[in-house]
Parts: sequence; structure tokens; C-alpha cells
Amino acid sequence: MKKELKLTVNGQPYELYVEPKTLLVQVLRDHLGLTGTKRGCNCSSCGACTVMLDGMAVKSCSILAMQANGTEVLTVEGLATGVQLHPLQEAFLDHGAFQCGFCTSGMLMSAKALLAENPKPTKEQIKEGIDGNMCRCTGYNSIIRAVTAVVKGEYKEEK
Amino acid sequence: MSQYSVIGTRVHRVDGLEKVTGSAKYTFDIVLPNMLYGKILRSPHPHAKILNIDTSQAEKLIGVKAVVTGKDTLGKKQGIWRRFPELCDEEILCREKVRYIGDPVAAVAAIDEDTAEEALDLIDVEYEPLPAVFDPMEAIKEDAPQIHDGVELNINVTRHIEWGDVDEAFKKCDHIREDQFKCSSQAHMCMETHDAVASYSYDGKLTVWTSTQSSYYIQRLLADILDLREGDIRVIKPPTGGGFGSKFELDSAQFCASVLSMKLCKPVKIVLTREEEFTATKRRTPMYYYLRLGAKKDGTLLAKEVRVITDGGAYTGMGATALYLTGFFSSFPYKYPNYRYDGYRVYTNTAPTSAMRGFGAPQSTFVGESQLDMMAEDLGIDPIELRRKNGMTPNYEVPGQAYIQSCGLHQCLDKIEEHIKQRGKLPPNHGIGIAAYGFMSGGIFNWFDTPYAFSAAIVRINIDGKVDLFTGACDIGQGSDTTLSMICAEELGVHLEDIRIYSGDTGICPADLGAWGSRETLMNGNAVKMAAADAKRQLLEFAGAKLGANIVYDMDIKDRWVHLVDRPERGVSYFDIVKEAIRGKDGEVIIGRGHYTPHRKGMISPAYSFGVQAAEVEVDPETGRYKLVNVTTAHESGTVINPVGIEGQLEGAIMMAGGYGFCEDQPMDEGKILNPSIADYKLIRSLDMPETKILEIDTYEPEGPFGAKEAGEGLTNPTAGAIANAVYKAVGVRINNLPITPEKVLRALREKQKQKR
Repeated sequence: MKKELKLTVNGQPYELYVEPKTLLVQVLRDHLGLTGTKRGCNCSSCGACTVMLDGMAVKSCSILAMQANGTEVLTVEGLATGVQLHPLQEAFLDHGAFQCGFCTSGMLMSAKALLAENPKPTKEQIKEGIDGNMCRCTGYNSIIRAVTAVVKGEYKEEK
Repeated sequence: MSQYSVIGTRVHRVDGLEKVTGSAKYTFDIVLPNMLYGKILRSPHPHAKILNIDTSQAEKLIGVKAVVTGKDTLGKKQGIWRRFPELCDEEILCREKVRYIGDPVAAVAAIDEDTAEEALDLIDVEYEPLPAVFDPMEAIKEDAPQIHDGVELNINVTRHIEWGDVDEAFKKCDHIREDQFKCSSQAHMCMETHDAVASYSYDGKLTVWTSTQSSYYIQRLLADILDLREGDIRVIKPPTGGGFGSKFELDSAQFCASVLSMKLCKPVKIVLTREEEFTATKRRTPMYYYLRLGAKKDGTLLAKEVRVITDGGAYTGMGATALYLTGFFSSFPYKYPNYRYDGYRVYTNTAPTSAMRGFGAPQSTFVGESQLDMMAEDLGIDPIELRRKNGMTPNYEVPGQAYIQSCGLHQCLDKIEEHIKQRGKLPPNHGIGIAAYGFMSGGIFNWFDTPYAFSAAIVRINIDGKVDLFTGACDIGQGSDTTLSMICAEELGVHLEDIRIYSGDTGICPADLGAWGSRETLMNGNAVKMAAADAKRQLLEFAGAKLGANIVYDMDIKDRWVHLVDRPERGVSYFDIVKEAIRGKDGEVIIGRGHYTPHRKGMISPAYSFGVQAAEVEVDPETGRYKLVNVTTAHESGTVINPVGIEGQLEGAIMMAGGYGFCEDQPMDEGKILNPSIADYKLIRSLDMPETKILEIDTYEPEGPFGAKEAGEGLTNPTAGAIANAVYKAVGVRINNLPITPEKVLRALREKQKQKR
């Protein structure tokens, strides 16, 4: 029996009907076509599906879509303002903080959530902030350098 | 000012914007109209006869559109070693027998994944379990179950490499060591699992979008097994979420999606689950190593003998190459005057083993560098000194095997020695271990039996000066699209943003062997450079005529300015020349072509990179737990084309190779992998990642484009050995089997204490 789900994704309100067992990641990818959010494990271990839900980082494969009812979700597609990249996106480009790119959306969202909670994290706190996100390509250090550069204000302030 | 305007500069990846904005469309993201979803049923038995498969109940399930088994295929066996039919031993959809837990037996296409999954439960497979064998040392015994018909003692492949007179040389040695090691398996753990969307049309043409390291291999292998013409199959590689060696053989997703699509004339998508990825795709080859090393008192290494038994798992795949390369790289990076290798690849009833980043060399480097440190201690010689005394030098010939032109090993040793000195006296329970390595820039071997050049590229210059670069090279995340675009821009004298690259699409790109064996920078780079030079030559013909230059002047293009080399101010805009050249050619666009196949470069590779790594660990002697504190690497890869790319390759290699040494493992019980999830498969995460430092050594490789060579895979070789040597330096225990877990360190520490008492 499908249920009504109302949520806002990247500022856009949606009303849809979903099976109760539907995961948030399925709604984002399969119903709304927002494929920037990836799925690497389906068990909350890899972090590729990380999105922000009311300002907090969550793994969208481990939350039912209905749990997101009435919330505001931000995915990687909502990170830039129009065509203006978010400072984290700029920093990831400059620092080569991704290779295959499959973890990148989740990594960016975890970093964004970290900075929302703590705008001046130490290096150790940055490492902790992305510890739930698996990357098989970069060895993490370039990602840590990119986030550090944003923390240091090397990129223009967030709007 | 640098002689180059593009290469060596810090640039954004050409696929960067689509990746940071989430707009890159991976195979995983593709949805086609009328598309169905497939799932694969796999064997729960390590070894069993298939007596019957009843699919009738599954077919009746609403939403199921097709169920296929081996009977719906042509029943052909396939393999990537196409020159050797006996090594093409994999049916993919098994008809008579399954050989490991995970072997595919049937596949379903349905309207959604849930329905397909449900249908799998309704397929009734009647098996007759057979005795199974899981360890190559058991499988090689007379009374072991036979896994493949006609393969005696389950020996799949043997390799022998020899030069000099090993037995005579050992007689002249002052000291001989004999050691045994065991190297574990490792999962590639690509973030994007194996996946494919296959679409067969009524006119008999098949298009496959897939996450692969070689579109051409998949096209050719599908043509073989489906009995289609190569040209009727188009394989497209969208952005790919990692490969690391796991994605250049034909896999079950590609094959089953194609078979299902051919039955229905509808697109079918199959994405392997993470559990399937761990249990039913190939993995790093575990190896049992016996090493005998002989030296003179002064540290001159006179002879080395190596015997290896590798756990092949159920099928050959690229494992035959791993067996060869581990034997060849066991001699690296030293000048052994006498050397002998005997390798045996043995079938077992476990998930097949194959290529993984480093391709046998991380194993040989771990064992070789561990033993070399033991030898140094026995002889009372500093480990760096021992490596310096025997290390390879430029223009060295590995007897009868390979020619090494550029080689910066000695500069790397100097830099690492300096680094260790600078670190000074270490705190208690800290240790720094080193390991030296070398690696190839692409393989020369043609077991695939391709009739095409190993690499090829086409450059097309359009009326507005925009350059389309077509290459079969596959960017799987390592950055070849960026590196090749940089080479093209440099050679053609334009900016990076003038290039648009089309890669890994067999429909529009020339055949190329793809991304494996660290081949793309050198091999494809040479093809791209040649194609760009060909296009440039055509432009210069028109420029020469327009400028009315004396024919003794050389002309070139740099920074979009076509000019006389000796009088750079005398020139003309690149954009103007393009327009005039196309007009002059009766409207035909400018097309440059390039290809590369190594010739007269020995049997292994046209070029080799070298490096030395120092790993510092801090061991807690109470628990055996240790921390990777710092990993510093001095390496050389010829001219650096893409510095941001190299940093990424290096740091990423430390995560993967450090994991191989530190924690990654696939324990099994009766052929069943016990940790098939990311939660249970331990790997290095951000908090475990050590500090990394790169010490770049300048070399120039005459065979490479602008002097460049391999820079990504070889970096996987040294870390496990460096960690082993560091743990020994820190607390005096030697771990000979990977991974070097806290349990093993603690057990060894306790054993050591017992012996003291």
C-alpha cells in the first residue's frame, strides 16, 4: 500500500506516493532522477549515498523514504548555486580530491555537513567527519587538503 | 620558463566538473526506455554437478520477462588468454558443473530488481555436490578432486624464467638464505560494482554500456561467446567507478545482460550487489613463496631462486599473467647475474583470482624486500647500502628478458636515505622500513591475440579550432582522459580547453587494449602524440605556404600561435590556419592518426619506472596494534605529464597497498568468503591514513611521450614490504604472511619473549 510522501529536495517541494519499504536513496535516484547520489553498499558502510537531511548528514540507503517525510533534503545536485560552484566543489577540483568520482557526491555532502556543524574543524576533525565515506582511489589526503583549504577561507564564503 | 605549456601544469581533470556536481552518468545511472532489470543466480556449492535446472516457476512470476541458463547460450568457454584455447575455461553460465561459491547458473530479467530477485528464489537447481579443494597445496596432490577435465594435479599454468647458472653461482656465495612467505588475497573494492546495460535491437546489433577497463576486450570477447561480428557490437564505457584490475575481463553482468537482451530485444540492466562483488568477481592472487638468495660477504647478490604456487581459484582469467609477472618482478629492481623462477598456478574451488593493481608485483616486492632486509642484517650491511650495491641502473639489460633505458633508482635511494636521516632518532617502538621497486609501462605480450595496434588515436580538428580526440583508452578514474588531452594539447600547440576527448567507445574510437598494466600514459600517450603531430603537420603545410617562409625554417605551434621556431614573432593565429587549411582541402576536416605497438623492447615492457618507499610505524607492544605514521616515497616516472594525477595515484596506492600490508584480507571457510561486505572487509579509512610525502626524481624516458612513463600501478608494490620491514625495526618481529595484523604481531612478540626466557 503506497503512502503519500511530501519532502523538499534541493529547494523543490515534491509530493509522491511510495511503498513504505522504499529507501530515501531510491526516491532520490529512481523517482526523482537525482542520480548524483550513489549507492555503493546498501548497508550504511560506504557513504556514497550521503545526503543532508534538515542540515545533518545521513546515509540515504539506511533511511526509509517515509522517515524523510516533511524534511528538507540537500543532494549534490543542490550544492552549487545555479552554475556557481560551492567552495567545496571548487576546492575538490583544485586539489584533485577525487578520481573515479563515485564517492565524491557523498564525500562533498559529509564535508558540507561537517562545516555546517563546525566551521573551523581541525585536521583530525575533518578526518573524523569523512570517516564514514569510503574512497578507494585518492587515499583521502587530497580530500582533507581540499576541505582544509575551504576552512582556511581560500575559497569565497558560502552564500 | 618550462619548455612545455600544458604538460607538467596543475590542471583540473577534464571530467572534473561533471564529477563534483553529480552530473556524471555512470553505467549505474543509466535508464533506457522499456528497460528491464536482471539478476543472477549463483551456486551455493564450491564444487557440484548440475543435474537439472527448473525455471518454470520463476517464469510464471508476474513481471518476469525471461529466464536463461547455460542451455540458452552457445555453450562456449571463454577467457582473455585467447591465444591459448585450453586457458579459455569459463562458460559464465555453467551448464554441467559449478566450481566455486558464486559461479553463475541462471539469470532473470524482470520489470524491476525486486521481481527479478524474487524470481531467483523460484529457480530450482538440482546439484550433486562433489568433493572440493580450497588450498593450492592440497589441490596439487594426487588424490585431490579434479576441478577441470584433463587438468592433471589441477595445475592450470606453469612458468619458468631463468638466466645465468644459478646452481654454480650458489656454490660461490658466502651466505645463503632460504625463506618462505605467504601472500594473501585482496578485493579490488571498486566503489561502482560491476554493471552493464545491454541493448540488442531487432536488426541484430548489440550495444553495451559497462563499467570496464577495456571496451575493446569486452567487444571482442562478447563477439566470440555470442557468435556475433565484432562490428555488430558497440561497447561504451561511461564514467567508471574504479577498476584496479577487476574490470577488463568479460564478467557475468555483461554476459548475462547481453544474453537476456538478445532473447527479448529489450535493454537489460544488471548491477552486481556488493556481496556479489566480493564473492563472485575476481580477486588478487594469493601466493605461496619459497625464496633462496645467495650473496657474497660484501653484499653482492649472486643468485636468486624463486618457487611460487599461486591459488588460481576456479578459472584462469588474467591469473596466468600474474603468475608470469610475479616471477619476472621477483628479480626487480636488482641486477641478479643468475636467476631462476618456477611458478605454478593451481586451480581451487574458490573465487577465481586474477589481475589486481601491481599484478603479482606487490606480492614479489613484499617477499623480496622482506628477505633482502634479512640478508642485510645477516651480512651486517645497511639495507640501503645493500640495495644501492645491487640496484638497477640506466641502460641495463635483464638478461634475455628486458631492456631498461631510464632508471632513477639510485637517486631514489639517496633521497630516502636523506629522509630517514632527517627524521633523526625515532621514539620508542617506532620503526622505519624501506622497500624498493620497479614496474612496467604496459605489457608487450599479446595473449589476447589482437590483430590491431596496442594503442591508437585519432585527432580531428574542426573549423573553429576545437579538437576532437578519439581514443580507445579507458579512464576508470585514474585520469587518462586528462593526461591524454594534455599530451594532445601540448603536441598540437593549443590549450587544454581546446580538446574534447571521446574515449572507450568502440563505435567511434580506434581499438585499444585499455587500462591495465600501467600502459595508457606511455602506449596511448605515444599514439595520441603521433595523431596530434600528424594533424599539426597538415596545418603547418598551409602555414608554410601562407607565411612564405624559407623552407629551411622549422615551424611549430605553441599557445595557439603558428610560427617559425627561430623567429617566433613571425606567425599566424592557429584559428586562422585551421579555417584556411580546411578551405584548402575542399572542406575536408583535418584528421590526424596515430598508433603504437612496442617493437624491439624485450619481452615485457617498453619502459620501467622505479622508486623507494619508507614506511614509519608505531607499534604498541602490549597489543600488537600498530599505526602507520608516515609513508614517504621517492619515485620517478619520467617526465611528469599531470602532477595532480600523479599525487592522486601515489596517495591512493598507499591506501590500497597499505591495506594489503596492514588489514585487507578475505578469510574463507570451505570456499566461502566470510567477510563479503564493506562493514566486515577492513580497509584503510581516513582516520587510519598515514601522512604521505612524495619526493619526485627527475628522469626522461626516451620511449615515452615527452619522456613520460608509468606512474600509477607500480606505486602499489612497495608498501606491504616497507611495513613488514618497519614492524621488524620497531619491535624485532618478522611477519612472513600477509596481512600483518595486530594478532600476528602480538603472537610473534609473545613467541619472541618465550624464547628469551
